[in-house]
Amino acid sequence: MKIATDVDRCVGAGQCVLAEPAVFDQDESDGTVVLLTDSVDGETAERVREATHICPAQALSILD
Amino acid sequence: MERRCPYAPPAEYDELRAENPVTKVELPTGRQAWALTRHEDVRAMLADPRFSSDRMSPQFPTLVDNTQLRSTFRPSLISMDPPEHGPARRAVVGEFTVRRMEALRPRIQEIVDQAIDDLLAAGEPADLVTHVSLPVPSLVICEQLGVPYADHDFFQQHSSKLLNRETAQEDRRDAVDQLTSYLGKLITEKEAAPTDDLLGRQIVKQREEGKVDHEALVSLAFLLLVAGHETTANMISLGTVALLEHPDQLALLLNDPGVTLNAVEELLRYFTIAELATTRVATEDVEIGGVLIRAGEGVLGLSNAANHDPAAYDRPDELDIARGARNHVAFGFGAHQCLGQNLARMELQIVFDTLFRRVPGLRIEKPIDELDYKRNSTVYGLHSLPVAWS
Ligand code: SF4
Repeated sequence: MKIATDVDRCVGAGQCVLAEPAVFDQDESDGTVVLLTDSVDGETAERVREATHICPAQALSILD
Repeated sequence: MERRCPYAPPAEYDELRAENPVTKVELPTGRQAWALTRHEDVRAMLADPRFSSDRMSPQFPTLVDNTQLRSTFRPSLISMDPPEHGPARRAVVGEFTVRRMEALRPRIQEIVDQAIDDLLAAGEPADLVTHVSLPVPSLVICEQLGVPYADHDFFQQHSSKLLNRETAQEDRRDAVDQLTSYLGKLITEKEAAPTDDLLGRQIVKQREEGKVDHEALVSLAFLLLVAGHETTANMISLGTVALLEHPDQLALLLNDPGVTLNAVEELLRYFTIAELATTRVATEDVEIGGVLIRAGEGVLGLSNAANHDPAAYDRPDELDIARGARNHVAFGFGAHQCLGQNLARMELQIVFDTLFRRVPGLRIEKPIDELDYKRNSTVYGLHSLPVAWS
């Protein structure tokens, strides 16, 4: 599964980092999302799906 | 609408959600607004940029008359819309990342331990609000911002006056003036010699960008100080009562510190103490839940109703700390979702993890329906919570 982020929409809430810290991090200066990897599977993919759902800015999407 | 019992949302919410999920209500000011009660609708509205957060707009559906404040009050983040909001939020949100909050953990643990020492030293019965609920978030936010904790009585008083819906307009005006002038002075001092704290760093950052915006810093400090005080404090008090009232849930928490994360989310969902932070005004005609909301009309996204929507949560009125309620809207949703949410989470986790372990005999000294609830405050909570432990 591939993940994409829209940094312009991101409001730095960090919900994604809480959901899956192995995939998401936040930029030190403006708090926006940083992808540590853009391709995941298995249980990690489940948590990424949850992150996509709870992201308040709808800044995360799953490409396939 | 009043909470049914101190713990459940008003009964009207269930009826509305089932029969009239998008409905016109009359506000205490006599104006009308739409009330949303479904989780899905509240989320959709909050994520939609066609709803404005401008609290100073004459069309904004405020619950109290704020005409006196309107002329002079400089909008802070919560009241900004695009294009101002994005850059302003980005300028500070880096201070509240998950990683930064994690780095604060040891210091917050120290503060919590100290507060519990003070509670125990006070002797029984003691007030949990005075010794733990208020000082923990207060100290943490003061250290973060670089505001002297020695002045906490002063700003606690004024901030609770502001949040109380019964405060007269003049007194509200006075509280705003006092806080603004206090913070104005503090920021002027920091501008002369920037300190290494959030406000000092913002000053340095602004200079690097060739800006000096004193007023914006004062309003930011104002927002963070008021928001950082009352909200977490109330969640500590209410969460403690709820866990003591549900011994099975407390046992789950004590057996496995790993569940504290979910427990905090569930307590946030269950109480949704700042339910009207999610109020907006439409700037265009928008359809929500099949109903057309016209430009200029106010909307109350009732987040407490949303967080008790059976379509989103099984048995929503039950406290179930294992449920994993991460999609709650207690911190709002959309671009304005609470800036301090990760700080609040961290404080709540540490308090609940520490309090019940260090004070295993903790109990409440009054029947819970006789406790002193904040029924007329913008942020729900408890004025005091008498506890004993031996
Ligand atoms: S949850 Fe969404 S808004 Fe928050 S940091 Fe992650 S991508 Fe950005």
